[in-house]
Amino acid sequence: MIQSDPILQVEGLTKRFQTKLAVDSLTFSLPRGSIVGLLGGNGAGKTTTLSMLLGLLEPTAGKIQLFGNNFVRNRHSVLHRMNFCSPYVDLPQRLTVMENLRVFARLYGVRDSATTITKLVEDFRLGELKDQPIRRLSSGQKTRVSLAKALINSPEFLLLDEPTASLSPDVSKWIRQQLADYRDRTGSTILFASHDMREVELLCDQVMMMRQGKLIEQGSPMELTKSHGRSSLEEVFLALNEKGGAL
Amino acid sequence: MNSSTPGRISALLLRYFFLLRSSWPRVLEIAYWPTVQMIIWGFTSLHFSHSSPELTTGGILISAVLIWDSLFRSHISYTLSFLEEMWSRNLANLFVSPLRSWELILSLAVVSMIRTLIGMIPAALLAIPFFGISVFDLGLPLLGFFLNLVFTGWAISQAVTGILLRYGLGAESLTWMLPFLLAPFSCIYYPLETLPAWMQWIAQYLSTTYVFEGMRALIVRGEWLPELMWKAFLFNAIYFILGLCVFCVAFRSARRRGLLLQSGE
Repeated sequence: MIQSDPILQVEGLTKRFQTKLAVDSLTFSLPRGSIVGLLGGNGAGKTTTLSMLLGLLEPTAGKIQLFGNNFVRNRHSVLHRMNFCSPYVDLPQRLTVMENLRVFARLYGVRDSATTITKLVEDFRLGELKDQPIRRLSSGQKTRVSLAKALINSPEFLLLDEPTASLSPDVSKWIRQQLADYRDRTGSTILFASHDMREVELLCDQVMMMRQGKLIEQGSPMELTKSHGRSSLEEVFLALNEKGGAL
Repeated sequence: MNSSTPGRISALLLRYFFLLRSSWPRVLEIAYWPTVQMIIWGFTSLHFSHSSPELTTGGILISAVLIWDSLFRSHISYTLSFLEEMWSRNLANLFVSPLRSWELILSLAVVSMIRTLIGMIPAALLAIPFFGISVFDLGLPLLGFFLNLVFTGWAISQAVTGILLRYGLGAESLTWMLPFLLAPFSCIYYPLETLPAWMQWIAQYLSTTYVFEGMRALIVRGEWLPELMWKAFLFNAIYFILGLCVFCVAFRSARRRGLLLQSGE
């Protein structure tokens, strides 16, 4: 499923906010069809990195090549091929689940939107909620709707910022399964920022660890645990934390 | 899969239609304030018509109130639609979609025009049976006055939405304040010569001054002065470009500072 050609190539990506260096010269690439976890503690630069990859934040320096296009200069040529989901962003609260999905389907130019929405409603078990305004939903239900919105255009590149934060373990597991199924079905690439080491270990093919804006480790969860002589990613994370200060 | 400009604009129009449909008090409110204003000023006008008939010739007070309100309504409708996105923390969803900034601006302008018409038409129609005054008697120039003030409203809105993007909801009160800053200089209810010299100097650079001077000439003297209308359009074109520049600079700054993801309550 994972192909050798990269969907995303990042070179020297840097973001400085006045005196603070939030992201420091990141260089990496994501193979098409992979699920990659971006790990790091609070303030490590995960959300800043995702924001730059989404076009929400202008890099101070560096190159982002997405689908072979210069994303920093011409993001509008590829935005319809990607999507995202983040707990920091909500959907319009007064609109119902169906209304939101219809609006975003139109925004992304989804052909046969009725069929796509019906399928997403089914996949994310939103049938009973579809006529409810977003503001009446629980956080788990809102996450399901946000993920349905994130998949509305069948994105080839999906960026997720802590999509399972504050969710119960059973809902988190179910969402992980949905994401894995989506990748297996479509061959899409998923970049997944998270604090949850166990989740990343279970879902991701590759892991990138960040500390103070720098990429400090990269590899498959198995490679990382092996090379550090640990039994889990969490132990690797804690060991690196002890070695280098706060992650 | 790729969307077109009309598709993306229609998506936003659908979003604002759903929003209005979800709350009948919002729909009622659109027409409520212009109607209440019209009634209050209608009775004030009726009162003055006995003591100072020169103040109320041809329903000038009511016409001025209604025409001024088209600026305020167009601005508020535009800015509130944008604020809805900030209040619901939805801006980032829009900015990572294929929607372009100018498409967002155009959508907000269309929504603003629809909401302004929903607000103004009932008030203008009700003035006929209530006070026997029809702004529609102004004929084609009414369209010119109306469009000019709507454009002024949008020019202010573009600057305000830019400032909101850059400074966040802390700057929300500008939405209500800015149109009223123009009001004393715009000569809505009094002729330009009423103002002191320094205010007249400022007023000559406002499109709104020419609209209300033109309206007064038409109602009081029955004189149609197209040069005032063209001056108003010219100033509005300049304001519109300035407003657009403020929005673009603020958007760029917000993008550089990482404010687009965090905008919200």
